[in-house]
Formats: sequence, C-alpha cells, structure tokens
Amino acid sequence: MSAAAEILVPGKAGEGEALVLTAPISFWGGVDPKTGRIADVRHPQHGEVISGRVLFLPGTIGSSSASAVLMELVHNGRAPAALVLHEPDAILLLGLIVAREMGWETPMAIRLERGAFDAYRGAAVRVGADGAVTIAV
Amino acid sequence: MSLSLSPEEQAIAARRDGAGIAMRIVAESARLLGAPRLIPIASTHIDGALYHGDSGTLFAEKLVEGGAQVAVRSTLNVGALDLMGCSRVRLEEPQRGMARRMMEAYRKLGCEQSWTCAPYQAGHRPALGSDVAWGESNAVVFCNSVLGARTNRYGDFLDIACAIVGRAPDYGLHRPENRKARLVFDVSGLSPSFLASEIAWPVLGSLYGREVGNAIGVVAGVAAHPGEDALKAFGAAAASSGAVGLFHIAGVTPEAPHVEAILAGPEPEAVIRVTPAMVAKARAGLSTAAATKTIDAVAIGSPHLSNAEFDSLERLIAGRRLAVPIYACTGRHALAQLERDGRRKRLEACGVVIVADTCVVVTPIMPELGPELGNGVLMTNSGKFAHYAPGNTGYAVLYASLADCVESAVLGKPVFTDIAA
Repeated sequence: MSAAAEILVPGKAGEGEALVLTAPISFWGGVDPKTGRIADVRHPQHGEVISGRVLFLPGTIGSSSASAVLMELVHNGRAPAALVLHEPDAILLLGLIVAREMGWETPMAIRLERGAFDAYRGAAVRVGADGAVTIAV
Repeated sequence: MSLSLSPEEQAIAARRDGAGIAMRIVAESARLLGAPRLIPIASTHIDGALYHGDSGTLFAEKLVEGGAQVAVRSTLNVGALDLMGCSRVRLEEPQRGMARRMMEAYRKLGCEQSWTCAPYQAGHRPALGSDVAWGESNAVVFCNSVLGARTNRYGDFLDIACAIVGRAPDYGLHRPENRKARLVFDVSGLSPSFLASEIAWPVLGSLYGREVGNAIGVVAGVAAHPGEDALKAFGAAAASSGAVGLFHIAGVTPEAPHVEAILAGPEPEAVIRVTPAMVAKARAGLSTAAATKTIDAVAIGSPHLSNAEFDSLERLIAGRRLAVPIYACTGRHALAQLERDGRRKRLEACGVVIVADTCVVVTPIMPELGPELGNGVLMTNSGKFAHYAPGNTGYAVLYASLADCVESAVLGKPVFTDIAA
C-alpha cells in the first residue's frame, strides 16, 4: 500500500521497521539521546529503540527541550529513519531544522492522518524523497 | 495562510552567516506554526544554554563563528555549571568542558550572564503588552501572567534564533484574542488562613495545572495580592503539572481587573470550584516518599530564591546548625546581595549549600546515594522541584512548607505542621 504525505521537513529518504507509538511522548526525559531507547517507564513502548525505525508519533508532550534531544540523536547517528506526525510539532521538528543548518544528514518528517498509522504497524516501511509512504515487500 | 517575509527578512535569510542561520530557523518555525508573518520583539530569555549533549554546544559555536550577535536584550537561564563556585557540580569530563564551552558561546553572542530561571527578579521586566520571546516554563508563565508581556513557550534553539534576528513568529499568545480566559478556577471555598499560608500557592498551582492543562483560566476568589514570590511559585507549579503558559488572577494580575474583563465570552466554558478535599489531594500528590523516619536533604529555590525568600530562610534557621544540608538555589542577582551583607557566610556556617547559576534538578550536585543506602529522600517547598526531582535526581520527595523544611533539616527527620485548606 502507498500514501502520499505532506512533507513537514525535507530530508533523506528512509526505510525501516515501523514503530507506531500508542501514546504521546516527551522526548526530553522520555528518549535516551545516546541510544534512542524509550526511557519513560510509563510509556507503553518503553524499552523500544526509535533509531533506524520509521517512527509514527500520535503527539508529543512535555519539555521544550525535545528539539535538543532530537538533534542530539541526529548528531549521534541514532535518529529514526523517518518521522511520521499526525500534526506538525514545531518544538520537536526544530531539532531537524537546526541539524540541517549544521549540515548534518537528517531524516524526513512527514504528516499523515493518525487513522492511517495502524496499517503500517510492524511492517517494513519506506518514506521516499517525495513524501510517499510505502510498505516494502 | 502562508508565511510572508519582508524583503529585508528574505535578504537576511539568504545569507551564509550566523544571522542567516537564525533567520532561516525562525522562518521555518513560523511556517510550521502557521504564522502569517514575523513580529519585532523587545527582549528574550534564553533556556538553550543548558547542556543536553554536544550538538547544542556545536550549534552555539557555529553561530559565534558566523559573527552572530543578539539584537535585543537577552538574559540567560540556568546552565549546567555553578560558575560562581558556590557548590560543587559532579559533571565529569568531557561533558563538563562541553557545558562550559556552551555557556561561553552564549556569552560571546551577547547574552547577559544572568544564569537564572527568575530573570524577572533580576531586573529583566518587559513592559505590559510588549512582545518578547522567552524560554523556561516558569519564566514564560510569569512574564505573560504577572508582567502582562506577551510570549509563547520558546524552546531550545528558537530562543537564541529569535534573539539574533529580533523577531518572532506571530501566533499564539502574541495575539490579544488568544489571551482571554475560558475557564474559571474558583478558590472562594477555601479558608482565608489557608490562602494566606505559604504552601497555598505552590499547591494551588499544581492543582491548577492539572485541571486546566494548556487552556487559559482565571482564578477567582482571591481577596488580597499574595505577593510576587507566591505568584512565582504558583506559575512554576502550574507550568510543570500542566502546559500552562498564561494564567490570570482576578484583581491581582494586570490583564484581569475582574473576572468578566478577561473572559473570552459572556460565560466561562467551565467553572472549577476548588474544595478543601481537592487541595488536600493535590498537596499529597506532590510527595512521592512513603512515611519515612529520616530525610537526606532539603532543596529550595525553584524558581531561584529572591532576597525576600533568603530573609525568611535566615529567620527560620535562627542560627541553628542543620543536621542535613539545605540546597538553596539562586542567581547572581541575589547572591551579590547575600555577599554584601555577610549573609552568605552566616547561612553556609549553619549548613546551607548555596547553589548559584544552576540548580539541583538540572545538573548533578546532590550526592548520589547507592542502592545499598536506598533511595534518598528530599524535602522541598517547591512544587516544581517536587515534580522533577524524582525523575532527574532519583530522590523521593516530601513536600512541605519552608518552615517545616527548615525544622526537618535541623532535626534530620520530617516534621509537618498541619495547615487545613
């Protein structure tokens, strides 16, 4: 299956196993910037690693330092392969915008209806440079 | 509505220097936020100089190399080090060196070396109705609510970018129509003695944040101005338990001479009638430690202590020797006064550890207690410390008034005075 999504922040096309979060997450305090592991013990996907995955985010909460954590993941080579958001989150995506200004290779961030997330759960997903989301066969 | 930049803004955004980087960051954020344009700002307060990893240091240094300078008055929030040398920060190399380089880069960009989360008590008080770009949740909420200046929550990197270009995206709380209250938080059912007590405002702030989330409310039923330190404690607690960026208190804060004046419509969308039971529950929720016989430390000063709060601290200690340390976090603005009048020496002789430029929940200062000792127990009178200390320091928290915190520090065991709501 395939869907064309709106590009929120352009970046490198990416491919990886989908990780569909079932609850909003605070990146600061919720994701380890060195390992990409979800560190928030109260989060349903606690223990999963977001690095190299196509990360579907139902929303973000909490600290305005989320941008710093996402940029640190990019710098450490531990960023997701792509980010899929239900709505644009300026604080989180600032991490990608600033990383691009630093000249670092960043994943793409795209926007997709939350209702479409479930279809990708567990699949190998590719996000193309044009924002197209496809399940790899 | 899409973003439209002026020819001057477009010219800056096309540059390869530090100002060009800053303008592109501000413009990209404005585009994501759906802002139609950028507006000039009078000042910034920058939270981005706290070290979270090397990438933030490299970004600040890239701006310095690109010749960037802040275009408006810019104060700095806490860093990861105590540059005044009051307390020992246990941050190891290479992180320590990178944290210092980051603080140095922000100085070179022209920011004031304020290093405080209470810039509004360090002489940075933008005028009523002015547009500013502030970071740090408690400073944002104080600036909007108590000073009546207009800011959104500016996160890391966007704060310094706005400072360099002197502009911010026009959206959210910059627009007067978005500053009106939709909810009423009525405290008239609480006893006057509780409302006059020191714990009233941090406890009510914590409850308020949980009840309203990111909506804008007006507090009704407050008979007298509770004082600036009380409003500081209320806002800090509300901003840590909810996403509160602006509150009003009828008859107290500048945009709400009375309830009707600030409501968005003829009737509020909801009225939250605060009961003594709700207050008791909120107060209990600030503690995470079960019944305990001893405490390991007391931490106060989130937001940073004012000179008036140091007066109260000294009066309550009354020259006694503390059995466990009181970590008293503050900024250089208050420290200078403490040194001038000899109080720093007197407080330290009693066992107070003054922490300047930073605080105990953002950088390792308090001793790490090994698993064999069990988790440490920290007592605090700050709703914000109560919220963040368990996750950031590993200490369990007991919430109490300043008077009870001091008595507990003298005795080394928790003491509670009952204050009924």
